[in-house]
Formats: sequence, C-alpha cells, structure tokens
Amino acid sequence: MSHFKLSFRMLCRDWRAGELNVLVLALIIAVSGMTTVGFFAERVELALTRESNQLLGADLLVISSQPLPEIYAEEASRLGLTISSLTKFPSMISDGENNLLTEIKAVTEGYPLRGRIHLASRSSMSRTKQPEITIANTIPQPGTIWVDEKVMARLDLKANDMVDVGAAQLTVAELVVREPDHSVGFINMGARAMINASDLSETDLIQEGSRVSYQLLVAGEVKMVQQFRDWIKPLLTKAQRVEGIRDARPEIKAALERAEKFLSLAALASVVLAAAAIALAVRRFTQRHLDGCAVMRSLGASQRQLFYLYWHYFITLGVIASTIACLIGFAAQQILASWLIGIVDTALPWPSWLPALQGLLVGLVLLVGFALPPVLNLRSVPALRVLRRDIGLSNAHSLAGYLLGLVTLSLLFIWKAQDLKLGLYIVTGFVSAIVIFGCLGWLLIKVLSGLRHQAGGAWRYGLASIHRRAISSILQAVALGLGLMSLLVLTLIQNDLIDDWHASLPPDAPNHFLVNIQADEVQSLQEFFQQYEIEPPPMYPMVKGRLIKINGKNISPKNYGDDPHAERHIRREFNLTWASELSSDNQIVQGAWWNADTHEAELSIEEGIAKTIRVKLGDELTYDIAGSHFTAKITSVRKVDWDTFRANFFVVVPPGQLDNYPASFVTSFYVPPAEIAMVHELVRTFPSILVVDVAVVINQVQQMIQQVSQAVEFVFLFTLLAGFAVLYAAIAATQDERIYEAAIFRALGARREQLSRAWAAEFAILGGLAGLFASAGASALAYVISKHVLHFDYTFNPWIWVVGTLAGVIGVLVAGLLGTRSALSSPPLLTLRKIG
Amino acid sequence: MLDNRVDQPILWTHALTKQVNTGDTQLTILQDIDLQVNAGEAVAIIGASGSGKSTLLGLLAGLDLPTAGKVHLDAIDIFTLDEDSRAALRGKVLGFVFQSFQLLPALTAIENVMLPLELSQQNKDAETIARRLLERVGLAKRLDHYPKQLSGGEQQRVAIARAFATDPKLLLADEPTGNLDSATGIQIIDLMFELNREHGTTLVLVTHDEALSQRCSRQIRLADGKLVQ
Repeated sequence: MSHFKLSFRMLCRDWRAGELNVLVLALIIAVSGMTTVGFFAERVELALTRESNQLLGADLLVISSQPLPEIYAEEASRLGLTISSLTKFPSMISDGENNLLTEIKAVTEGYPLRGRIHLASRSSMSRTKQPEITIANTIPQPGTIWVDEKVMARLDLKANDMVDVGAAQLTVAELVVREPDHSVGFINMGARAMINASDLSETDLIQEGSRVSYQLLVAGEVKMVQQFRDWIKPLLTKAQRVEGIRDARPEIKAALERAEKFLSLAALASVVLAAAAIALAVRRFTQRHLDGCAVMRSLGASQRQLFYLYWHYFITLGVIASTIACLIGFAAQQILASWLIGIVDTALPWPSWLPALQGLLVGLVLLVGFALPPVLNLRSVPALRVLRRDIGLSNAHSLAGYLLGLVTLSLLFIWKAQDLKLGLYIVTGFVSAIVIFGCLGWLLIKVLSGLRHQAGGAWRYGLASIHRRAISSILQAVALGLGLMSLLVLTLIQNDLIDDWHASLPPDAPNHFLVNIQADEVQSLQEFFQQYEIEPPPMYPMVKGRLIKINGKNISPKNYGDDPHAERHIRREFNLTWASELSSDNQIVQGAWWNADTHEAELSIEEGIAKTIRVKLGDELTYDIAGSHFTAKITSVRKVDWDTFRANFFVVVPPGQLDNYPASFVTSFYVPPAEIAMVHELVRTFPSILVVDVAVVINQVQQMIQQVSQAVEFVFLFTLLAGFAVLYAAIAATQDERIYEAAIFRALGARREQLSRAWAAEFAILGGLAGLFASAGASALAYVISKHVLHFDYTFNPWIWVVGTLAGVIGVLVAGLLGTRSALSSPPLLTLRKIG
Repeated sequence: MLDNRVDQPILWTHALTKQVNTGDTQLTILQDIDLQVNAGEAVAIIGASGSGKSTLLGLLAGLDLPTAGKVHLDAIDIFTLDEDSRAALRGKVLGFVFQSFQLLPALTAIENVMLPLELSQQNKDAETIARRLLERVGLAKRLDHYPKQLSGGEQQRVAIARAFATDPKLLLADEPTGNLDSATGIQIIDLMFELNREHGTTLVLVTHDEALSQRCSRQIRLADGKLVQ
C-alpha cells in the first residue's frame, strides 16, 4: 500500500477513534480565529482606506501644472477605473462692487469619485441660522457657481445672485458646506468656489503662465488603482505628481498606519495563540502514539516508512482542518462584519482571498513545524518499547522538537507582520520570552516544590504534581504564558493607541486659524478674545523667507530637479518663526534646543523638510527675507506631530534673531459651533486678518479616528475571545496524564472533592505562573512596540500584573476543571481502560 | 505444513552479550549466549524475573543492539544490517505476541490484524486474511471492536491473529499469558500452539511459567544472564 493511502487510512481510523479530537479542535479554533481576524482586519483596512479616500475625493490623484495628456485618462478607463477631472486656480470673484480672491475649482461629471458634496439647502442659504444639509447628486450646472460660506459672507451673496468669474457671469446656485478634498494647508484655506468645467473657457482665466493645477481623479478596485499607479509613475514629468490619501494627508496617514500595524499585531497575536495550542496538542498526539510507533517498528515498519506515513498524515490533516477552519473563519467574519456595519454605519468592502490562503498556510506550516520534529522522534521510538514500556523518547528530543516549530513561527511572524521591523521585534520578544520563561519556570518550580511540605493537602498534591511533571509543566506554563502575553500586549497597546489618538485631537482641538495678524493688531486681538471670555491663544510670529544658500553655496529649484516635492519647497517661501521654548508637540531628535538667552544665529529644522532639502545638523542656511539675507546654523532637528492641528513651523529660530524683519502673526483657537457668531464679529473687526475655518477638516479627522478606534476595539475584542477559546483547547491537550492519575487515585479511595481541590490547586499554580510570565513579557514587549514601532508614549500600567496573573489563574483553572470534569464523574475503571 | 523447514537453524546466536551502564558500574544483563533454534521447533526460554529473558528476546528480534556477539535470523547476520533493514526483515520473517498485547487503541480488531500486511504493502488481500484469522481465533463477531471494548483474553487473541497475519517463519512470544487469568491463559496458549502447528511456524516463547514451558519441545533456562542448560 502506498504511504499516502496508508497514512490517509490511518488518519481516518484515528479520526473515527476520537484520537484527533483535541488536535483538530486546537487547529480549527486557532486557524479559524486567525483567519477571522485576518479577513476582518483586511476589510476594516480597506474600509478605512476607502473612507479616508473620501477626504481626497478619489483613490488617486494625478496632479500637474500643465494640462494632463489624454493617455492617462485612457489608460485608467482601460483598467476599468472611474475617472473625473478638475482644474483648480486662484481668481477674483466679483459681485460688481467687491472682489474676493477665491480658489476656483472647475469640475467634470462624476466629481467627486469618493465622498460627497454637502450643500446647505437653498431655503437656508443664510448665515443667520443653522443650515439644513443636503447631499449633492450632481455637479454645478453650466452657467452656475457653487460657493462656500466665506464667499457668501464676504461678498454678501444670496441665492441666484450673479457673480463675475473672469469674463464669465455665473449664477450663485448652491452653498457648499463640506466638500471631500478640503485639505489643510495655508495655501488652501481661502475662499472656495466650484464651477462646471464647460464654463472654464468662457471665463478666459486660463492663460499661458497662469497658476493652475490640473487634476485627474481616479477610483476603483485597490489592485487596479495600484496597477495604474505603477503604470503612470515612470511616465510622470517633473510638473506632474501622483497623490494617494497618504501623500496628501499626513494626519490621516499616521492614524491609518498605526491602525494597520495594530491590526497586523492582532493577526500576529492570533498566530501565537494558534502556535501555543498546536504545539501542546501535537505533544499530546505524539505521546499517545509512542506505543503505536514502537509496535509498527516491531512489525517491520522502517524509519523511512514511518516518517512518510506521518508526513502525509499531517499534511492531509493540516489541509483538511485548515480548510474547514478557513471556511468557519470566513463565516465568522461575515457575522462580525454585519454587526460592525450596524455600529459604525460603514459598508465594509469584500475581502480578498489572501487571509484564507494565509490561514491555510499558517495552519499547515504550524502543524508541520511543530509536528514534524516529534514525528522525526516517533520514527526513532525504540522498538524495544514493545517489551519495555519505560523506554520512551528523551526530553532533550522533545525540546529540540520545538526548535523547528519556533523557527517556522518566526518566519511566519515576519511574513504576517508585513513589516520587517515589527516582525523582528516580535520574534525577538517572543524568543527571549520563551528562554526567560523557561528558566524562570524551572527555578520557580524548584522553589515551589521545596515549599510543598509546608503547604496544605490540596496544595501539596498540586505542587507535587507540577514538580513531578516539571518539563511538561514548564512547557505548558510557557505556551499558555505566551498566548496570554500576546493578548495582554494587545490590550495594553490598544488602550494606549486609542488614548493617544483621542489626546492628539481632543474635542477642543483648535478649529480656527488666524493668519496675517499684523504686529500692531496683536494687542487689540487679545483684548477681543478677553471680551468673549476666551483665553487669548498664543500668537506665533511668522516671517516669510526664501531659502537661497546652503553652507554659503547658492541654490535654486534646479538643484532639486530630480525631486518635484523638494523643488516646490525651494520655489516657495518658508514660514520662519521664533520661540524660546520648544512646543509640546515638538521633539528634538538631533542636536539641542537653545538657551533662552542665546544670541547665536541658530535655527531648528523639522526632520522631514531637512531630509527633503538635504540638509543636516551643522549646515548653514541663508534665507532671503524681503531683500535682506538672514543666515543661521542648524543646531537642532525636530520631529513635529502634525496631526495636532496646532500652528507648527518647519524652521524656528531663537527670539530676537528676526526682529529686524517684517513679521506677521498666526494663531489657532477653538470656538464651539454654537458660538460661531464670535468669528463673524472677528472678521468684521479685523478685516485684514484671514480667518481659516478648519472645523470641517477637524471633524472629518475626528470621525475617521472614531471609526479607526472602533474598528481596532472590535478586532481586539474578537481576538480576545478567540484567544480564550484557543487557550481552552491548549489546556484540553494536556489533560490525559491528570485524568489517568485521577482514576488511580479514585481507585485508591480518593473522594471527588479531594481530587477536584488538588486539581484546582495544580491549575491555579500553573495559571499563576503563566499569568505572571505573560504580565512581565507583555509589559516589556508593549513598551518596545509602542516606542519603536507605533511611535507613541507607553504608559506603564501596574494593573496589568494583577489582571494578567488573575486571568492566568482563572482562565487555566476554569478550562482545566472543565476539561477534567468528565473524569470525575465517570467510573475510574472506565477511565483507566479508555487511556490504557 | 512446511516440513522442509525442520532441522534447519532459523535462529542462532553466538557469544551474545548485553551490558548497560548504570552510573559508575557496568551491569551485564546477558553474557555469552550461544543458542540455536531449528525450523519447526517450539523453544521456551525460562527464567526468573530479571534473568534477562526479555532482553534476549529483544536482541533475537533485532529490537535492541548487543554489546557483543551475533544473531543470525533466517541465515542473515542481523546486526550487520541497519535498523531499517532489520525492520524489513522482521516484517518478513517474524511475528510477535506481547505480554501487554500492544494493540493500537485507535484501530479496530480487524484493522490491528491488517496493519502488518499494510505496512509490508501486501494489502491486496489484507482484509480477507485478517477476517479469516480473526474468525480462526474466535472473534468473528468482534471484528469492528476497539481494543478497549475487548477483554484481555480477546485482545490477546487479536494480537495472536496479528502475529500470524504475515505468515511468519518465527513467532516470538513474550510472556503471552502474563496479563491474563489462568483459565484464559490456557485457552490463549492452546490457540497459539494450534496456529503454530497449522502455519508450521517456529516458536520461541519467553516465560517464567515452568508448566507453560513444558508444552514446548525444548527449554532453555536463563539465570543471571547466562544459559544454565
């Protein structure tokens, strides 16, 4: 009979005889848990990206200062993507008397491809009352213009008024309350209006040399969008660039990337749990199959034959069980998804098959990784065991057996993490944890067993049992500890991640910026705030300067011809500011902040811009400020948390350095929506100050973060549930010996109550050890991951020790007692015969 | 059945010695064992507990390695073979009956009997052969029962059926009645001798039971690891 056929036959026989129950249960729970998390995390990730793309109006933008070649749109259509285009430029809008510099956006049919335009209903086109919001289902009709509240207010317009836009006369048709691509940045914060692209030629505004941004909007399936991006990249000229949400919105990028890392962390945690359960279940399997192998060897099976027999056996088992698990995982995530949709009101995109494939592979690889070494051992079971039952496998063999499993697991981690750094941190963390837990476990068991003579009845028996099965107890404590540790790490990080997001954008995050405040207005502006009983916000001075020299060498945009992003920065003016103290959302990463009384010409630069314009600590930068030159040396490089929505600057110098240059001031503050009248009053009192309302953007980001947090919490809770199920399966995998012993004890007259107390003591000690290991490991790993991978401050939480240890004790106790319950209620002889 | 086997040595040993290290000292379990078993013979190896009977049986089957000496099984010097070749030789030449039955718990009675045939890839008639043997040992109605559903005597009957499944030249039995009550033990021994005759198999029986040993044509006595007669 071929190996495969025989192994399949043996598999069927073992299955029928109930030999595979625990292994299959562990495998199915573990893989389906992991697949559910995988599917669900992918759907959430896709949904988050799609949601965030609404802030861009598309999945991808191709932006150029020159008209875009037709071939771009053609290729996008060929790939099945939907397209639209817009042309954006600054122009004056006039109502005949007043002019207002406005950003005009000429759009074509289909705009926006993602997100919606929110309009104030015509009846409420007035600034005095809260408007009723409707969703636009079209774009402005030819001959009409949609304007935002700034245009309405400053030109004092109402519905059906006529305005001049260049040579065209257009009718004011709608008031735009919110549009998708309303981005943050001083350049984009002025008044905005939207017209139909067919009116563009009539305006006669687009001339040679006009400052125009031509944009092609693209949306569709993630894969096709990526394909389009890959296709277009080599064709882009210097004037063209491609932007996805992550290029355009750094604050969204940071939130998304952290969420993604967390989701992959959750997926990794599920892999650890799966590994713990499978490792323990395989151990049980091999122990139960020692005799069978010895018999087969005595009946003439060669080592090679036994190896192939079990090799095919586990591959077949792995494929079947993992496939079933993947199907269960798919069904489970579907249930989860329909539940989540009810909560966050977001459609979840359909996932790819990748999580299923990953689940299948991980199940198979884990099974083979942990099963193969014991199988290699099984084939070398001394055939003499048929005559001498005391001959088995040495523990050294069993321990070495886990090595291949661990190596496989490490490779899986790095693959699953999809991030080498995260993967390596976790692998190092877990491998160190295994070594430390193992050694600690050995020591603790030694110490505890020394105490057993002082302990009472049940405890003495529990300690004695643990000591007698020292290696097995250590393995169990380490495996359970690792599983629990991955859940605790997830708990700690999830809490901190969500707190950090909420803290970065508290409900009172500044929602208005004031730009272009003149020095002589600062005093009266502060008094204005006091009138409204608002603490005057700090005013940041701002001096505009163009970078002209680096280390005395002249530079021009041409020097950065290979990097359009850098080129744009050199072409534009930088906003320089001064400050004596480092603001709280800034962090020095290189060099040192200056003394308050410094008179040196020094400056501090933001790390991203330093990299873009290729300067480093110690370089000397020269700016042209209103015709004069200002030179200073970089003495520090800062990291700026851009997602706080506070005024921040690329370049900061010490106070006094820029006193001789013309400065304006900028500030930001929070106004509750109900008190918006104060802003209108401010506009009237200080007509030259530009008021930028970022409430809409803040709102979008806050909503986004809310959704990300909910998604993260949801995935976390599910992983937690799956985790406990897996730990239960792991405990069930270690019950045989206890059940057998119990039968002997009962045969010798032990009462059920005595036995269950003794077991409870043993499980409590084991759970306590696992919980203690898990708490220690989780605190250390969460610290490392928070600091080096997710980049936020980790807060040490002493409660984790209490929670971890208690979870270990209670979890193992409950699972253990449930697992041994049947042995207590069935007659001892039955148990003895079942096992013997 | 196969009378031409008679008087041909199917098994012989020369200066077979087994020593084990127990910490500082070396313990000699078997010393210079020379024995010969001819085809068709029924030989009992008897001795008290700890006399080295089971160790000798393990060495005769090539399940263990000797410290010194040779074992020739079916004219092959088995310790010149590697472990896998010895296993293959066992599959071809040997049948086993153990004191603790050694049935695979996940396999039914018939599957346990089929196992050696399947392992030796003679699965064509495995089920028919197994069924016939089980019927022969009186378990026609217990084919699909698991070992745990069978009594000790029934389990040993399955083990005997399994031992004869490959039609071995030599049957090695290690205390086959050791785990059975005396009445069942007698039935089992009767059955084993009957089958032995029917199949023309050579039998080497390890036992501490003098009465049982008398049913064999020859007795070899072990004491302190040495042959005493």
